[in-house]
Amino acid sequence: MLALLSGSVVLLIVWFLVAGALPALRDGYLPRLLFDEHWQPGSARDPQFALMPMLAASVLVTALAALLAAPLGIAGAVFHRFYLPKRLAVWNQRMLELLAGVPSIVFGFWGLTVLVPLINRLHPPGQSLLAAGIVLALMILPTIALTSQSALRSVPESQLLAAAGLGMGRFATVFHIALPSARSGIGSGVLLAIARAVGETMAVVMVCGNIAKFPGSVFDPVRPVTATIALEMGYASSSHKALLYLAGLILVLVTGALTGWLAFGKRNAGEVS
Amino acid sequence: MMKSAPLLIGLSVLSLFSGCSREKREIIILTGSSTVAPVVTDAAKRFEATHPGVRIEVQTGGSSRGIADALSGLATFGMISRDLKADESELTAHRFAIDGVGIILHQTNPVTDFSRQQLIDIYTGKVTNWKELGGPDAKITVASKAEGRATLEVFLGYTGLDSADIKAGVIVGENQQAIKTVVADPNAIAYVSIGAAASEAAGGTPIKLVRCDGIEPTNENVAAGKFPIMRPLQLVSHGEIPATARDFLDFLTAPENADLIESHLYVSLSK
Repeated sequence: MLALLSGSVVLLIVWFLVAGALPALRDGYLPRLLFDEHWQPGSARDPQFALMPMLAASVLVTALAALLAAPLGIAGAVFHRFYLPKRLAVWNQRMLELLAGVPSIVFGFWGLTVLVPLINRLHPPGQSLLAAGIVLALMILPTIALTSQSALRSVPESQLLAAAGLGMGRFATVFHIALPSARSGIGSGVLLAIARAVGETMAVVMVCGNIAKFPGSVFDPVRPVTATIALEMGYASSSHKALLYLAGLILVLVTGALTGWLAFGKRNAGEVS
Repeated sequence: MMKSAPLLIGLSVLSLFSGCSREKREIIILTGSSTVAPVVTDAAKRFEATHPGVRIEVQTGGSSRGIADALSGLATFGMISRDLKADESELTAHRFAIDGVGIILHQTNPVTDFSRQQLIDIYTGKVTNWKELGGPDAKITVASKAEGRATLEVFLGYTGLDSADIKAGVIVGENQQAIKTVVADPNAIAYVSIGAAASEAAGGTPIKLVRCDGIEPTNENVAAGKFPIMRPLQLVSHGEIPATARDFLDFLTAPENADLIESHLYVSLSK
């Protein structure tokens, strides 16, 4: 019964988003989201509602974070499983769990006061795609590292022993036995992390610069969809509000598709093993 | 066990309701501007201490929510940090304090003064280098507020610009984020509540408030109406105000409670 309840909560949220977005859909704002040039909903003279730069920003920030965090997290997990002495490995695990528990606003605060000034010295203004990508990468790193660790742990001991029996070195064992065998587990960990990154808001708002334009480089400020909703929802009224609901709905659909892909991948992996 | 859970929840919710009705407390609800809310919350605590039968609830959500809730009757008062617009004339405004909006720069920036025209040029992207204003040869990082923020509306009102005219390098939400942006970037310019900026600067944060049209951004100048960029903090009501709510309004503007408003670094308008 409780499971049914939590399932219906999701439906309730989607229904709520659809209801909120309906005025915008009815008034034909959907093409404006696609084809407008700027995001200036509050302008009295020329209100415009371009969503595409924000969707692009959501995708770019998430992709950058995954690119930074995935190699680090997977390499970290390999190191943890095959190279680190047991006592240190326990501490490594604790640290990662601690990192996973840091509230996102703390990451944002750290990003704004430490990371942004550093990037600013390289290339102003500092609040940028790069800053958001790095902060997000740190936030999803524990997810990737911990899921990769457990995927590597579930590689059958017999396979590792067989590799040792064949005279394979540690490096060859990792690359030719352990990683291929744990691939699907690692893959779903990365997807899980990406799903979190797409929806992450508070930390990103503080470091991304919030300019709703297609970025020309990693040093340009960007504004993901979630940042817009966080910045403007409390202050928006009428059609502006409906548009934010619509943006939220689109984001939920994107994340839903991602989770669907995740579940699909899991099922396939289950059939293989 | 599972089956009895909804029953338990239902019973506890019921008991909550009965608890309320037995005590017969009067409730005043205020919603709106996050700039106004902290002051009103403090005033509410003091008011409740002297009026045992009254409970005051304060919720934030921006001036727009304050307007909407006052109109719909969800709130006794809406809290807004701007003037009423022409299409909001159904509401009555009760002004109790003023907040100046000041221009802040990094402490190391040698520029000390802006005219209205210079601010317009900077925020529309006509002037992009500090060199043109007597500063170092560096690109200006223009920080502006997100759509819907009362501070943005006050700034637009002063400069006569439309939000579409503003060419910002960075867009921020709250005052604190604007201040942190200027701290992080020595070439940034931002506009924030004078109260917030003054207390941060006094606490050692490397920012400075600069003169506008030659006027120092101090609370004295804001109170005297000399400083050009400012906003009123007010409560708005729709129709008849209940007696207790009227008492709270008088309480807020009473001279003996001016210290509450001043402790938040706003200018009191006590009668």
